[in-house]
Amino acid sequence: MEWKKRDLLDLQSLDKEEIELILETAKSFRQVSTRDVKKVPALRGKTVALLFYEPSTRTRVSFELAAKRLSADVVNIASSSSSSAKGESILDTALNLEAMNVDMIVVRHYSSGVPNVLSQNLKAAIINAGDGSREHPTQGLLDIFTVQEKLGNVKGRNITIVGDVLHSRVARSNIWGFKKLGANVTVCGPATLLPRAIKEFGVEVSYDLESSMKKSDCVIVLRLQKERQQEVFLPSLREYAKLFGVSQSKLEKASKDLLIMHPGPTNRGVEIGADVADGRQSVILEQVTNGLAIRMAVLYLLLGTKEPSTA
Amino acid sequence: MTLLIKNAMIVNADKRYLQPQDILLEKGKISKIAASIAVENCKAVDAAGKLVFPGLIDLHVHLRQPGREDKETVETGTRSAAKGGFTSVFCMPNTTPVIDNAMVVEAIINEARRVGLVNVYPVGAITRGQMGKELTDMAELKQAGCKALSDDGKCVENSQVMRLALEYSKMIDLLLIQHCQDHSLTAGGVMNEGYHSMILGLKGDPGIAETVIVARDIELAHYLKTKVHLAHMSLKRSVELIRFAKSQGILVTAEACPHHFTLTDEAVKGFDTFTKVNPPLRSPEDVAAIREGLQDGTIDCIVTDHAPHTKEDKETGFDNAPFGMIGLETSVGLTMTELVHKKVLTLEQMADRMSTAPARVGGLESKGKISQGLDADITIIDPNKEWEVRVEDFWSKSKNSPFVGRKLKGRVETTICGGRITYQV
Repeated sequence: MEWKKRDLLDLQSLDKEEIELILETAKSFRQVSTRDVKKVPALRGKTVALLFYEPSTRTRVSFELAAKRLSADVVNIASSSSSSAKGESILDTALNLEAMNVDMIVVRHYSSGVPNVLSQNLKAAIINAGDGSREHPTQGLLDIFTVQEKLGNVKGRNITIVGDVLHSRVARSNIWGFKKLGANVTVCGPATLLPRAIKEFGVEVSYDLESSMKKSDCVIVLRLQKERQQEVFLPSLREYAKLFGVSQSKLEKASKDLLIMHPGPTNRGVEIGADVADGRQSVILEQVTNGLAIRMAVLYLLLGTKEPSTA
Repeated sequence: MTLLIKNAMIVNADKRYLQPQDILLEKGKISKIAASIAVENCKAVDAAGKLVFPGLIDLHVHLRQPGREDKETVETGTRSAAKGGFTSVFCMPNTTPVIDNAMVVEAIINEARRVGLVNVYPVGAITRGQMGKELTDMAELKQAGCKALSDDGKCVENSQVMRLALEYSKMIDLLLIQHCQDHSLTAGGVMNEGYHSMILGLKGDPGIAETVIVARDIELAHYLKTKVHLAHMSLKRSVELIRFAKSQGILVTAEACPHHFTLTDEAVKGFDTFTKVNPPLRSPEDVAAIREGLQDGTIDCIVTDHAPHTKEDKETGFDNAPFGMIGLETSVGLTMTELVHKKVLTLEQMADRMSTAPARVGGLESKGKISQGLDADITIIDPNKEWEVRVEDFWSKSKNSPFVGRKLKGRVETTICGGRITYQV
């Protein structure tokens, strides 16, 4: 199979074969980062711009290292230091980058749909590194990749996503991706933090984390976005931790092989106990390692195989 | 000044003429309707093959003047209205400054007279500065020319303020128009809350934000035995509440917009900010209920909520872009295509919802019907003319329409206001 899309905007619009191609490609890139010389010439001469309008450490560094290990040139633009602070619109900024013949723009933005609008207006390849509450496709891909690596297969597996699904782009990308590969997805969280239409997404809904964990092969713990709690979605973090925090005591009642994942950064003691995050069943750091391979694969597929089309 | 309309197939709300008539317009009035009228040296319009409606009236328009003349002015807005077949429009008070005093009302009326295309009735604010706290000088606003008051763009959320406003406006017999929206429930929503808002990751505006105010204001109108007009209804539940209220004899009237009987929230999929409107585009069930409500008269009027915005303002991303779409020039086309040709409304019902009922609700006693002695406001429509909505054809200063590219059947051919031709294809 050959990669045909110019952009990676979301997992919603990818089919199973496309997702599998990315996972397959990531496997071959993973060992590049374990070598002494962590570099291959696949994207030599290409320029990748990282355009981040929201704070990010993990994702931004992961994309930057992925591009550099593929020998692309990388420019970093953070909204606070760019012309956006002078009132320039993101579309203008992106068009200016394109005028300097940037081949790809990796964009993170606090508003849903911004990568789509860039894609509609630019010829450069666009990668969505997280937009509003919509999608974070490379996070979804690296989560699937991690499950596949640890459990051998995804199809038929029971995945529970726990936490603030309402505001989570990670949850949406995970739901699309895992479902396309045949997994059963359950979302678990307080009723105030689940979208009203959640059942139409084709997932199970649970308010009882302990029993969901017992039935699961993998639990993806979402970060509780504390900055949103001013809207009183929750009575208290204390009660949240009690009901929906993945604690050691809940973990002990579940299968010994249950995988614990978290996209980071973690609020230890809130959505995940420190001993769980650092424990035997946690694969949080492997997710980070796999994230680099996934992003190398995506960059390579979008830029490396042929010139981006101008469609 | 005299104008003769020949071969007019007249469509009134209560009766459709089956034989062509001639209509003589003299000194701004309809002076004679007869099978054949002969007048020497008189300018004539041949309406053969077309339908002749009483001049269309839009109770809900934003002309943006004063304050945002980069989006629309009285001049460009009334040009757009005339092209859309309208002879009277009510313009909403969310301008800068707000239409909350007689001077602003008079300035708008004077400017509209200078342009001379459409009767413009400024809607004054219910509360000073539309702040929802103190009542405006309602009697003075009425004297200056306001036929209705509204805080449109905002809801009068405080129930006590709304009660006082309704009591006071009842005393001076002035209509209040409510923009029904509890902002504590809207909570920053930018589209309808549902499957599509979930998938698009956009903040949802739940329908209850509208219906709790609809229900509350129905209760207030019942308690105070006064009338209230509910703006741009978008939901099935709203239609049901209003139907119930009317069955109880409560003096509630309501309006709906073409985009709410044509588009669903699925239209937001490509993040086109032209589909961002308040109240938001709703579900297919809501669209069907609005159509039913218009059919059985639960919803009295079709209005446009014409809301012009500049390209710059609409280009700021879905979360930040202002709400609203233009509508004056697509209203007849959409009403004919979506309602008349699809047998939701008869032609007589269309005349009612777009002219007779708005005249009644808005208190325009000499308008809303083609009848001897009434104002010479006439809209001539070719019901079968097919056309495509194109950006370059808009006369509005703004172009923010999600209907660009859509093919419509039914087009305004001629608009006559006060006996003068104000638009001709």
